[in-house]
Amino acid sequence: MSRTLTYREALREGLDEELARDPNVVLMGEEVAQYNGAYKVTEGLWKKWGDKRVVDTPISEAGFIGMGIGASMLGVRPVMELMFWSFHSVAFDQLVNNAACVRYMSGGLCHCPIVVRGPANGGTNVGATHSHIPEGLFAAFPGLKVCAPATPADAKGLIKAAIRDNDPVYVMENTLLYGNSGEVPDPADGDFVVPLGLADVKREGSDLSIIAHGRSVIHALAAAETLQEEHKISVEVVDLRSIRPLDQETILKSVKKTNRVVLVDESKPFGGVSAMVSHLIQEQAFDYLDAPIQRVCSIDAPAIYSPHIEPEQLPNPRRIIEKVLSMG
Amino acid sequence: MTSASTPTLDFSQSPINQTLTPDRKIELFSQMVRIRRFEQAALKYYQAGKIGGFLHLYIGQEAVAVGTISLGGPDDHFITAYRDHGHALAVGMGMNQCMAEMYGKQTGCSKGKGGSMHFFAPDKNFWGGHGIVAGQTPLGLGLAYGIKYLEKQGCCLCYLGDGAVNQGAFHESLNLAGLFEIPVVYVIENNGYSMGTSQERSSSFGHCLAQRAEAYGMPWDVIDGSDIYEVRSKTHIAMERARKESKPTLLEIDTYRYYGHSIADANHKKYRTPEEIEHYKKNHDPISVFQRKLIAEGVMTEEQATEINTRARDEAAAAVKFAEESPAPTIADISTDVYWESDNQTPASQQGRHFFD
Repeated sequence: MSRTLTYREALREGLDEELARDPNVVLMGEEVAQYNGAYKVTEGLWKKWGDKRVVDTPISEAGFIGMGIGASMLGVRPVMELMFWSFHSVAFDQLVNNAACVRYMSGGLCHCPIVVRGPANGGTNVGATHSHIPEGLFAAFPGLKVCAPATPADAKGLIKAAIRDNDPVYVMENTLLYGNSGEVPDPADGDFVVPLGLADVKREGSDLSIIAHGRSVIHALAAAETLQEEHKISVEVVDLRSIRPLDQETILKSVKKTNRVVLVDESKPFGGVSAMVSHLIQEQAFDYLDAPIQRVCSIDAPAIYSPHIEPEQLPNPRRIIEKVLSMG
Repeated sequence: MTSASTPTLDFSQSPINQTLTPDRKIELFSQMVRIRRFEQAALKYYQAGKIGGFLHLYIGQEAVAVGTISLGGPDDHFITAYRDHGHALAVGMGMNQCMAEMYGKQTGCSKGKGGSMHFFAPDKNFWGGHGIVAGQTPLGLGLAYGIKYLEKQGCCLCYLGDGAVNQGAFHESLNLAGLFEIPVVYVIENNGYSMGTSQERSSSFGHCLAQRAEAYGMPWDVIDGSDIYEVRSKTHIAMERARKESKPTLLEIDTYRYYGHSIADANHKKYRTPEEIEHYKKNHDPISVFQRKLIAEGVMTEEQATEINTRARDEAAAAVKFAEESPAPTIADISTDVYWESDNQTPASQQGRHFFD
């Protein structure tokens, strides 16, 4: 039996189950405990688990993320919330030098089983400093793992996989998805975990593949529906779910089936996830392509504030449809 | 830096030092000598082009690492910055693995993947060896957080240089340490210079750097780093405060480095006078000071000291030979020790592509 949960509730259920499973799991972050979470993801968990397991930190990202990394080397398993992933910049040294490199520089003597999670998205009219989308940035550091769930079920399954993983995993959520509802398997039916590195075909199709992650998957599904109904184009939607490790096999399988690809990526066009995916496709499935790979990314400028126009800077169904139709 | 005229107290009879047996005293002396001889060998072969990157020598500061680490129990942990050879040897890492690491060899403590600045020995509670100034200070906080979380009665000694005190991460760490009552002891090894900039030109302070702890409601102390007895005596108080009351302390240990910030520091005789260096060597060299004390105490003879020096020099020479003869890492080695899951070939590592080309 599955139930309908919001993305926020699904994450919370995943966190709650992991707190119950392993006494070394500890949630930390700004406002995660007594305030119940800036976006209410951790609501009720402090009341249930108490001060030791759910910890409010000062606004001090470099300090508390570094602290979590240090504690993880001794066997604690911190799950740290960044109120916005955009605040990564003030903790960058800890996130990329210490978390990503400590295993390597110690010749494998240390490891760092941390999770850093929080929303990483544009579209909320909060301006450029709060609208960074850094999954491609962090996936570029060997030693780190990155995932970006699009649905409630994936949010729960991936947060649980991230917590159980023995390497640092950065989970990129989305404030605009927190309220979305979806089917999530019932805990009574067993432990539900979505492994890292496993993409999911969210819609089967035969004419063209849209490959996306995070909220772009939702836009891709909406675009696919319209393209089917109004243009009789059958679109397959591949949700990467995990950025690194990356499910190359599922990507290539879809490309070889449809021979046309549009990559949808909320990041900026230069570098990033879709650039990497594009490279892999041209390298490994060049002969299967009937058209150049196309992308729909955010328009290449810092995130604009204006609520009138911000949705047009980001990928959206209209932009995706136009891109698909432009391919002839 | 203390001057020759500063009156010094006799810490040899403090309770923690009274527990030292003659053999243990000689062992501590030997450790200091071993660090110096090891680094002198490293310097020689660095200059001969055998060692890559930077070489940050600890020579002149030996009493700090040896004195503080000598106080460690099974649940006490250590972490430092890039001037890490002294701490590594003091926790019991072997000269061979350390020298081989500098030589970039497979037999190095980090398999040649870390180099001089990144020595680690978790089995000896030593967590590096970190290259970014003050980047290790939140990690030290976290180790101590872990000690407390796991309900061990221990502490973490987290070392930093006087140049690290102006980094934001350090201040964030002090705030968290005080706020959460974390059993961490921060040890500023104040050698007077953040690279080529003197303390006076880099830091705004009143009486001393450690006094900044007052802003975080944290106890602090200043220690003469040329006297291992004083180092042990005062650090012990801070460690006991951490272990028993779960309270942090900020210590400032005044010391001096004879060489530049690193051996690549071409200006190290320009930003300070040769007289200043000579003065310290003559009056405050931690090894000479301890040697004089041990001889005066009747614990050690001149001959024994000479023998210890000879033995350490031979050990360092053997480590050089070991490093020279060790194999270099292979191209395949570049891609291991990136992910725990991949190294352990777990099911998680089989799912999806982890490495790209």
